[in-house]
Amino acid sequence: MYHSTQAPHMMQDVFARHLGIPEANVRVVCKDVGGSFGIKVHVYADEMATAAISVMLRRPVKFVADRLESFLTDIHAREHDVTVRLACTKAGDIVGFDLDDLTAIGPYSVYPRTSGIEGNQVVNLTGGPYRHKHYRAKMHVVFTNKNVTCQYRAVGHPIAMALTEAIVDRAAAEIGMDPAEFRRRNLIPDDAYPYTAFPSGLKFERLSHHQCLDKLLALMDYRRLRAEQAALRKQGVHRGIGLAAMIEVTNPSPAFYGVGGARISAQDGATLRLEPTGMLTVMCGVTEQGQGTDGIFAQIAASAVGLTLDKVRVITGDTGVTPYGGGTWASRGAGIGGEAVLQAGRALRSNILDVAAAILSADKAALDIVGNEVVSRLTLESKLPLAELGRVAYFRPDTLPPKFQSELTVTRHYTPREYPFTFTNGIQASLVEVDPDTGFVKLLKHWCVEDCGTVINPMLVDEQIRGGIVQGIGAALFEECLYGPDGQLLNGNMADYLVPMCGEMPDIVVAHVETPTKQSALGAKGVGEAGTAGAPGAVMNAINDALAPLGARVTAQPATPDRVLKALGKV
Amino acid sequence: MKPPSFAYARPGSLAEAFDLLERHGEDAKVLAGGQSLIATLNMRLSSPALLVDITAVPGLAGIAVAKDKARIGALTTHRAIERSAELGAALPLLAQAARHIGHVAIRNLGTFGGSLAMADPAAEWPACCVALDAELVVARRAGERRVRAREFFKGLYETDLAPGELVTAVEIPLPGRGHRASFIELARRVGDYAIVGVAALARPKGETLEDVRLAYLGVGPTPALAPHAMAAAEGKPAAGAAAAAQAALDRDLKPAADLHTSAAAKMHLARVLTGRALRALAP
Repeated sequence: MYHSTQAPHMMQDVFARHLGIPEANVRVVCKDVGGSFGIKVHVYADEMATAAISVMLRRPVKFVADRLESFLTDIHAREHDVTVRLACTKAGDIVGFDLDDLTAIGPYSVYPRTSGIEGNQVVNLTGGPYRHKHYRAKMHVVFTNKNVTCQYRAVGHPIAMALTEAIVDRAAAEIGMDPAEFRRRNLIPDDAYPYTAFPSGLKFERLSHHQCLDKLLALMDYRRLRAEQAALRKQGVHRGIGLAAMIEVTNPSPAFYGVGGARISAQDGATLRLEPTGMLTVMCGVTEQGQGTDGIFAQIAASAVGLTLDKVRVITGDTGVTPYGGGTWASRGAGIGGEAVLQAGRALRSNILDVAAAILSADKAALDIVGNEVVSRLTLESKLPLAELGRVAYFRPDTLPPKFQSELTVTRHYTPREYPFTFTNGIQASLVEVDPDTGFVKLLKHWCVEDCGTVINPMLVDEQIRGGIVQGIGAALFEECLYGPDGQLLNGNMADYLVPMCGEMPDIVVAHVETPTKQSALGAKGVGEAGTAGAPGAVMNAINDALAPLGARVTAQPATPDRVLKALGKV
Repeated sequence: MKPPSFAYARPGSLAEAFDLLERHGEDAKVLAGGQSLIATLNMRLSSPALLVDITAVPGLAGIAVAKDKARIGALTTHRAIERSAELGAALPLLAQAARHIGHVAIRNLGTFGGSLAMADPAAEWPACCVALDAELVVARRAGERRVRAREFFKGLYETDLAPGELVTAVEIPLPGRGHRASFIELARRVGDYAIVGVAALARPKGETLEDVRLAYLGVGPTPALAPHAMAAAEGKPAAGAAAAAQAALDRDLKPAADLHTSAAAKMHLARVLTGRALRALAP
């Protein structure tokens, strides 16, 4: 099955069981996917039908959805109508959160991950960045005759963070405290970890809210922006500054799906094979969705083994080739797949040095691998190129000691287990200008300081954040599936469904705090969803900050000109 | 998506084009820049048996500015108009409007005549031509006729063109030395069709505005001239003209809601743009 998916092994299991084919006879091959964002982690009726037709006809069958078909049947997401309340003392200490979420999921719950997860995340994560003692959340899930909804990038986070940050801003305004100061007072302190005091049961290994806040305020020059905002208001220019702290679920443990009975792997494996030429082949169960997984696996493997990057080839997305794994979702690729690659790389390095010690009749501890060569650990003097080591190990093992067997293929697996999720944290800020005559919102600038633990590839991490923020801005200002009263989708095309485009995007400044997770040697947490999680809240708060002197407030996303004008009482 | 299958012809002369259009009647569609037609084919909203590509017919592209009028060939691209220094000086409204048409790649292919013949009420050129009181040159086998832009647009995507007729050029009377133009539109994203837009012209005389013209896009089935607002603004200083035109605009426009914007918000935005456009015309 050639399939554009995020979870090849899950699909192998699904196809095998539902079509009555032995699992070993099903091979799912997933070549590079140019973006998936959670949409391709679900089982779709047309894909099952395609496979079933192929079984029935005993012929290859190809199915490609056209744009309208995609709009009508790919999962939709984030239909919520939520009321959130916050209690805080007059001094500004948050006491509790209370929310009531009504969410619509379409006509049935999507298989096999279920459509309840998004609402569940909203209920779990609201209030997440802030100390509080009391928490009450209710969720009602209703069926509708619209398209199904299910997990989509940052599942539940954009709603939970926007709710939290909107009500936090409201509280700050009520007691007359600067919103940044109010956050400083209430964000979980950086020395309070491990933090297990939440009434909702969330557990945090180690977060860095205050370092992130301080860095953000310095980066954006918060005081100067506030002064400029006040000066411009006198000239009738309505700018707004919005902050949004966030937490993000990454590196999920089996608690996410396995415990619930879904046959979705929480662990991932990596196989590393040193080839006779000294090249390294890396095979991993995590897939490449365009986010650069293959690139960071090559980096991790190259440094773990001691090779230059050009000697490494990565293969992902083929159930016939890679170790069993979960694939790409919930920001798990780097943290889980990357750790498996690292552990396999360390083991392979040791095995290579065993071979080198045998060939060189040297002490293994005196040897190292640097730049594709076995070298002396002390002097870095070249002892044996890996190409020569490979030649001997594979073609002339007769020259090695009689009982010695080289092991130049290594597989390691990794499962996070100490915490249900490895949370990341961060904070975003948005600067907007609202035109009160037209209701148009102009995005002037956006900042994000984020802590995904070890940063493996700074460029990929920054662009994950930027891309995620753009997606979050899409939710805040543009994207909405519009239905007629009869349940007909009205904007199933790229002209009427407004995705965010570069013409409207602000400059996005990204910075990091690095708090590696101690659960793994790599220390990487996930980064794929943080941008999307925080951006809608930041933008909505910025709009409401701009509208505040005009006595208006928007609470629906996207904040269309129509909605802003209605909030202003102009129409 | 992919279009349904169709035949394709590329006549080398108007006579050949008329032959094809006559022979195939309703089954044929005229293809110029293709920036609307190809999209509708790909969405399978239209399935003509034959596309008659007129881009090889000589003499249909080009810009000529004379003393009292400009002539723009039907196949002249949006981008050519945007970049024409001559037109920029004689009819600044057009260059202002051109920047709002789609994206550069679209403007490089899409044509002036094609946009007018398509008659999308949210498009820029129909409103500009109505404001400028342009005259379309329409050719058929029997010869040429002329029709004022103000009488050309009959309904949603409906024009005065009869079967077998082609727009070959547009002639625009120059509003004269000293006139000012303002084109403003509001679109959610750069390159999107506007929620609402206005093409405004006037000739300042001292402090006051004369020969005020206002035409709107995105407010109904056709581009809409606003005679009451124009009359209300005539002869007044810009600020007064703006207020008077805004107050009169209800009598000219009855916009319907679109997918994202209510009718009331459209009307409000039309008033806002009216004020901004007229103030921009102040000397």
